Amino acid sequence: MATATRRIVIQPVTRVEGHGKVTILLDEDNQVTQSRFHIVEFRGFERFIQGRPYWEVPVLVQRLCGICPVSHHLAAAKAMDIIVGADQLTPTAEKMRRLMHYGQTLQSHALHFFHLCSPDLLFGFDAPVAKRNIIGVIAEYPDLAVQGVMLRKYGQEVIKATAGKKIHGTGAIPGGINKNLSIAERDTLLKDIGQMMEWSRGALKVAKDYTVEHLDAVADFGSFPSNHLSLVRADGALDLYHGDLHAVDAEGNVILDHVDYTDYLDYITEEVRPWSYMKFPFIKSLGPEKGWYRVGPLARLNTCDFIDTPEAQAAFEEFRAVTGGKTNNITMAYHWARMIELLHSTEKIQELLDDPDLQGTDLVVTGERRDEAVGLLEAPRGTLFHHYKVNDRDEVVMANLIVSTTSNNEPMNQAVAKVARDHIAGKAEITEGLLNHVEVAIRAYDPCLSCATHALGRMPLEIQLLDANGNLIDRKLKQ
Amino acid sequence: MSDNGKPKVATTAMCSCFGCHMSLLDIDDRILQLVELIEFHKSPINDIKEFTEHCAIGLIEGSVANDDNLHVLRDFRRNCDILVALGGCACTGDIPAMRNGIPLRECLEEAYIHGPTCYNPDGIIPNDPEIPLMLDRVYPVDEVVKIDYFLPGCPPPADTIWAALVALLEGKPLDLPYELIKYD
Repeated sequence: MATATRRIVIQPVTRVEGHGKVTILLDEDNQVTQSRFHIVEFRGFERFIQGRPYWEVPVLVQRLCGICPVSHHLAAAKAMDIIVGADQLTPTAEKMRRLMHYGQTLQSHALHFFHLCSPDLLFGFDAPVAKRNIIGVIAEYPDLAVQGVMLRKYGQEVIKATAGKKIHGTGAIPGGINKNLSIAERDTLLKDIGQMMEWSRGALKVAKDYTVEHLDAVADFGSFPSNHLSLVRADGALDLYHGDLHAVDAEGNVILDHVDYTDYLDYITEEVRPWSYMKFPFIKSLGPEKGWYRVGPLARLNTCDFIDTPEAQAAFEEFRAVTGGKTNNITMAYHWARMIELLHSTEKIQELLDDPDLQGTDLVVTGERRDEAVGLLEAPRGTLFHHYKVNDRDEVVMANLIVSTTSNNEPMNQAVAKVARDHIAGKAEITEGLLNHVEVAIRAYDPCLSCATHALGRMPLEIQLLDANGNLIDRKLKQ
Repeated sequence: MSDNGKPKVATTAMCSCFGCHMSLLDIDDRILQLVELIEFHKSPINDIKEFTEHCAIGLIEGSVANDDNLHVLRDFRRNCDILVALGGCACTGDIPAMRNGIPLRECLEEAYIHGPTCYNPDGIIPNDPEIPLMLDRVYPVDEVVKIDYFLPGCPPPADTIWAALVALLEGKPLDLPYELIKYD
């Protein structure tokens, strides 16, 4: 145990999704001897879905997360497509799923930026607690707040039109989808798309202007060099629904070059550490010390070569120019990258709504039944891995899930350590505003801690509670 | 009541997916009306981490799966006049309670030792004092404290949450029409 005379705890970490806790230990000179971001909740999906029929899985596992249920719904559906032998979905099915996914990326990115993070950017990291939340934004920037609320609403409406329900829908099924988009649904969505494009541009401008205007301050805030990983389309385009695994290092050198994601076990593994229920993934060939990587909007813009929608591509070029075309390792640049993806999602929704394939009636295909499948996609927070085995009685017998936030576990710990060293160390008095600096760095990753708590575990039979100096102060026994 | 005379509402998410809080936000622009009616106290959507004032209503999402959840739930009961169990996990345990029939040792080894991507040469099981103690099983909230109202659903629709909140704030009976209590 690290030596310390003071222990700082931030619990719960707020304005993030789910349950997290930060501990920072300081020595007598107020220098940081240890900092940790702990994930403190768990549920147990990998084990308790065993024995359930495979067709239940897309609706069951989306209960991992109420912010990004569509990610889990679709990753599981992609895996179950393979189980039922559907190698190529019908155009209607694939496009309906993509529309659902872009709707979700729009709502999730809008929620994170406006409802959770904008108070830090608009009011400052040290602003009073009473003001530093979405209600404060409504009071002071009502137009901006309403735009954020309505952008999220639009994304939720897209999900409802494709999945049947805003949260925990049922649209994707093994081999396809269970509904197409009616003309009435299409026209309702088309009516507002122009307004959404306008507001998406506005959201991007807020994030970009903030980053560029504060570049000197934010460039180093919670930042560090790292690898970056995501799915990328075969031609190098950003693609949130499907692609190959691609990873680059902090300088932009390629580590994984468009490898087939169904072989993910050859490339990715997860380290277990005693102080968090969330595991620590890394690229096998580089080992646990050097192989960890970031995922999510920043990583995606570092791994892709271009974006296939015009306005997001223009924004992408500006974004890449800031780091001279090299890998961007700035933690706070996640916000800008996220809003480029928000605009991209709105552009994609517009493109898809004009596609008559969405009114097609050929919804499901099946083929030769298989017993093992891997499904990946780019969730709003990063690469999401689902892997299942199914027996001949149609029961799931193995499930392995690496959720996006898990891959950002080591990066968030690095960000906490950096902020603790730069802003907490050496200070005799730690104010609430300083502690919020730590949370600001965590929030940049948009962690989804509910997703991250799918692994089921339990404490061992005896728990010892130690103080900061390692002295035993309490002990709990569990029968 | 707070300084401005508005009743205070606190919210929490325990063992759950946060979807009920998302459904609360699905009231969309009605949030502008809501902040005229109430003031949010301790909640994951702001940075108020501890109760400092008594609240009129506490919205509880999620079931009770560890000792930290227990502490939070009892804290909410002490500090709120009315507690509402929001959603399936709080009302019945729902999906998290699917683990209740499985031996914990089996689950533990599945998650940290047998998983196909586990790298765990020392066979470590997370055991730091900084992380909470898991309970033997997952409990619905009314097995731990008295609950005044239950809103089932996974999640309860935004219109249901809205109608219930407005009725409670106006002191009217919670008489929800069939459409608002029919789920999926």
